[in-house]
Amino acid sequence: MKPEDALLAYTLRLGDTALVLGQRLVELVTHGPELEEELANANFALDYIGQARMFYSHAAALEGAGRTEDDFAYLRDGQQFGNVLLVEQPNGDFGDTIVRQVLFETFYIRQLDTLTRCSDPGLAGIAARAVKEIRYHLRHGLQWLVRLGDGTGESHARVQASLHRLWPYCGELFAGDDVDEIVGTHYGGPDLSAIREQWEHEVHALLAEATLEVPDEPWMNAAGRQGVHTEHFGYLIAEMQFLKRAYPEATW
Amino acid sequence: MYTQGLDQQGKTENRRDSLETPERLEAFQARIDAEEKIEAKDWMPEAYRRTLIRQISQHAHSEIIGMQPEGNWLTRAPSLKRKAILLAKVQDEAGHGLYLYGAAETLGISRDRMVADLLSGKAKYSSIFNYPTLNWADIGAIGWLVDGAAIMNQIPLCRCSYGPYARAMVRICKEESFHQRQGFEIMHVMANGSEDQKAMAQDALNRWWWPSLMMFGPSDKDSKHSAQSMAWKIKRFSNDELRQKFVDVTVPQADFLGLTVPDPDLRFDETSGHYCYGEIDWQEFHDVIAGNGPCNRQRMETRRRAQDDGAWVREAARAYAAKHAAKAA
Repeated sequence: MKPEDALLAYTLRLGDTALVLGQRLVELVTHGPELEEELANANFALDYIGQARMFYSHAAALEGAGRTEDDFAYLRDGQQFGNVLLVEQPNGDFGDTIVRQVLFETFYIRQLDTLTRCSDPGLAGIAARAVKEIRYHLRHGLQWLVRLGDGTGESHARVQASLHRLWPYCGELFAGDDVDEIVGTHYGGPDLSAIREQWEHEVHALLAEATLEVPDEPWMNAAGRQGVHTEHFGYLIAEMQFLKRAYPEATW
Repeated sequence: MYTQGLDQQGKTENRRDSLETPERLEAFQARIDAEEKIEAKDWMPEAYRRTLIRQISQHAHSEIIGMQPEGNWLTRAPSLKRKAILLAKVQDEAGHGLYLYGAAETLGISRDRMVADLLSGKAKYSSIFNYPTLNWADIGAIGWLVDGAAIMNQIPLCRCSYGPYARAMVRICKEESFHQRQGFEIMHVMANGSEDQKAMAQDALNRWWWPSLMMFGPSDKDSKHSAQSMAWKIKRFSNDELRQKFVDVTVPQADFLGLTVPDPDLRFDETSGHYCYGEIDWQEFHDVIAGNGPCNRQRMETRRRAQDDGAWVREAARAYAAKHAAKAA
């Protein structure tokens, strides 16, 4: 694979991950446990949709084939989306949502942080903006993880169950392929094994603070980055793409 | 984060103890007549307080329930830009709800109490949100017509005699005005788009026109709260005056879009310089207020479900805060 093709694939995967998580958060609008959480959730969703747009626009420029952000979001089918599977998991209850956010964002912030120093200026610029947003998301997510873990018996049991449900998807975050390797070598992209070590250290400490146990479930083999999704994904994109695809001649 | 205790007994009773002597009432009215702002700590007649609590909390509830019909299209928005804009708009509505609950709290009622009244069905919200959003143009129509009608109602509220409400409205009106323009822009794109899109735009106008006119409330002859609210300068214009203003502004916009307002009696009256419009179906208006609109049950169920589903989360936050307060002590 040529380095520029790897960079394009890498950028699209970042866009896909941001879009899919943004879409999941959008589904939560009007269902929040408190008005302040409605505002926070909408902010996070807006950040992810915004990041997806930036990654896709950059991908469109790298590709140079005249495609737009909406072509990437609306006119590709499931196997062409390279998001990690953790972010496509259904929202579940508030505990599931918080756990998904924390597990993903403790990884993502490190990925973005490295990318701020990568040699592709477009990607570095987007990462610099996104990393600030995710820092704020994490402050929110971590506070809730501790509140739920160390709150009531019910909240502790619920959030521990959320952790068990979502834990198997975490391995994929660190399972790079040749795209990650080439972007690492040629553009200074992140070393996933180094991130994994930091992530495990941080997540174990966070769970301890939240009085939660590190799940003993093994990490599953997952290939979201290669376009192999969970069954939930088809419904997510069917809903997201329906209108655009139903009226292909229309502009909106 | 979690408001509570603002409606504690003592505070309210103290206020109720204040006798509403003719001198006090007269002095209060004199301040209103002099266009002075009444502030939270100022003396005010109990009926003024109750009227404001009713009106501001209804407004707050309308913002919160109003998130649902638009939220209905968030996952299906036809472009990422539209999705982001709609999301920002729905978020603004949550923010408006928050300021408005805050403004009402200055009158000595807690947000928890207001939310409980909404969920029990005691408090009302704007009936317009009991209509469904059935195609993407409905998102345009809500911005154009519903927010347009809301602005007509709300601009005068920026000069309302109660300071905290008037100030909250200044910011809300700025955001509403942006919402109205984005709605009109969606309609404009669709009205100039494919045949399918034009049909969607016309369909949306057909369904939202009359409910939008109903947003101004009953006609002046049937409006039970109007006279006193006008005297207190909570309200500045009558329902029918505002409705007429809305029709006069909106009909030319529909013409510009090439859409037909669904009113066979609509005509421009050269003498008065106003549009004359047909009779509003007041039976429908009262039916929807009474809970029999197409979405009343659905809207309330969604709100109650969010409240119930979030109970364990709020409970956990309180338990955690209590544990840590105990540790700190």
